[in-house]
Amino acid sequence: MSRGGDSTATVPEADFRSYYGQPVLKPPVWHVPHMPLYLYLGGLSGASSVIAAAARLSGHDRLALAAGVTAFAGAGLGSGFLVAELGRPERFLNMLRVFKVTSPMSVGSWTLAVHGGLTAAGAASAVTGLLPLAGDAAVLAGALTGPVMATYTGVLLADTAVPAWHAARRELPFLFAGSALASAGAVGMLTTPRAEAGPARAAAALGAVMETAAAAVIERRLGLEGEPYQRGKAGLLMKASRALTLAGGLLATVAGRSRTLTAASGLAITAGVLCTRFGMLEAGKASALDPKYTVVPQRERAAGRRLAVVPDQENGSHTP
Amino acid sequence: MAERVGFFTDSSVCIGCKACEVACKEWNGVPDDGFVFRATSYDNTGQLGADTWRHVAFIEQDGRWLMSSDVCKHCTNAACLDVCPTGALFRTEFDTVVVQPDICNGCGYCVPACPFGVIERRERDGRAWKCTMCYDRLRGGLEPACAKACPTDSIQFGPLDELRERAAARLERLHADGVDEARLYGESPEDGVGGTGAFFLLLDEPEVYGLPPEPVVTTRDLPQMWRWAGGASIALVGAVAACFLGSRR
Repeated sequence: MSRGGDSTATVPEADFRSYYGQPVLKPPVWHVPHMPLYLYLGGLSGASSVIAAAARLSGHDRLALAAGVTAFAGAGLGSGFLVAELGRPERFLNMLRVFKVTSPMSVGSWTLAVHGGLTAAGAASAVTGLLPLAGDAAVLAGALTGPVMATYTGVLLADTAVPAWHAARRELPFLFAGSALASAGAVGMLTTPRAEAGPARAAAALGAVMETAAAAVIERRLGLEGEPYQRGKAGLLMKASRALTLAGGLLATVAGRSRTLTAASGLAITAGVLCTRFGMLEAGKASALDPKYTVVPQRERAAGRRLAVVPDQENGSHTP
Repeated sequence: MAERVGFFTDSSVCIGCKACEVACKEWNGVPDDGFVFRATSYDNTGQLGADTWRHVAFIEQDGRWLMSSDVCKHCTNAACLDVCPTGALFRTEFDTVVVQPDICNGCGYCVPACPFGVIERRERDGRAWKCTMCYDRLRGGLEPACAKACPTDSIQFGPLDELRERAAARLERLHADGVDEARLYGESPEDGVGGTGAFFLLLDEPEVYGLPPEPVVTTRDLPQMWRWAGGASIALVGAVAACFLGSRR
């Protein structure tokens, strides 16, 4: 058994015991780049479909077309990465064998199936001009599946034993929603004539603010369990994400009709939100691999509960 | 439905012989998990995983050796089962938790969901694997291979209620003998996973054996998590609406 400790740490390390420093948990097995790219594309598709519906309703037809096609492309490409991620890709249809609300992945698979169908129908109708009423209905229905697509991934990560993810369960859906909105705004800016891309620029800026705010709350609120977001590879990715997303979001507010600024803003945001997704996976892995993040918070929780039940018991220290 | 059965692993009589590991591998045809010299102790499997369904932990302390045979806990509220999107993981008539290899599509979600770090995806095979509590033997009226092979009865198999009584008596006896550090782990239905179908008598804190001190099934918080996601969805729709109101054509 070993005592925890990292001599290079700037904060005092929590004292804890473990089995030869080995992890208590198994880290997420999801691969890079499949899983982070799926998170990006699923979010992009979800938020794009909401933008497409709003654009359709408000008469921004070019933006509606661009966002509708983006929503379809995101869902289609994302599904490809999702299937490739499986250990047995040929069995991907087993995802639709049952429906379980206790499994965010089951909810997500069904949502993706419905959302993929709706965005495909909407995009096909918009591009070919066939069945315009059915196409519009599909685009509007996409505004219902889209928000689920953009936020369920937060629940997907949070509903695991991975300390950094589970502890951030309140903020993760907001982080993913903001990230999705920023990414959809960015792609909308890049694919729509600038004169008609005003709402996309606003979405990019608003999404960037929402993502950055959620990430900041995670870092403030979590304490020890939030540490993996600030250290090592995950820390670098999250810092890069914040800088790129915020810079891109700021640029979006002033890009107006400038081609250069629009391109810079769209690309910075896209790079930033991609860094968020890769950073989330890295932080999850780091958090599961260090027994400190499993043992110390659990010890503190147990000590707190004992104190609450028997107030006069000796101070429930988490050190052995 | 048959009576709920389980394991009571009494680590105070474990001699670290690893007969359980061998019996499990033989009966279940579990592949090789590597021939690794870990240079930490007499442990040569390291941890539970796709190819290790019984793992004998070995801890060298001042004046004593601690040994304990770890296994899937077959939780009352099992996170792996809750999150499995295909229904490959199911609860048997014995109240144990088993993966159906012909259904599992290797999504890997059960792996980080398990608060004990038990279930794992076998990468060369693509599917998730773990202890089945010898489901085939149970159906045939036999006890699991590990319990059968254990020479000291450190691994006891039986109806869970009976095992809990036996464990309480054993704990009382050890405390009377002055072994104050003896404690039960996982036997309480009040704990974060609703109690485990495989529970333990330990002689030190759980984390010393590589076990989480206060595991919880995270699906317990799922209603709350869906509510937060609902809030985030509304925020997303509201934000998009604001973008279009702010820039009307």
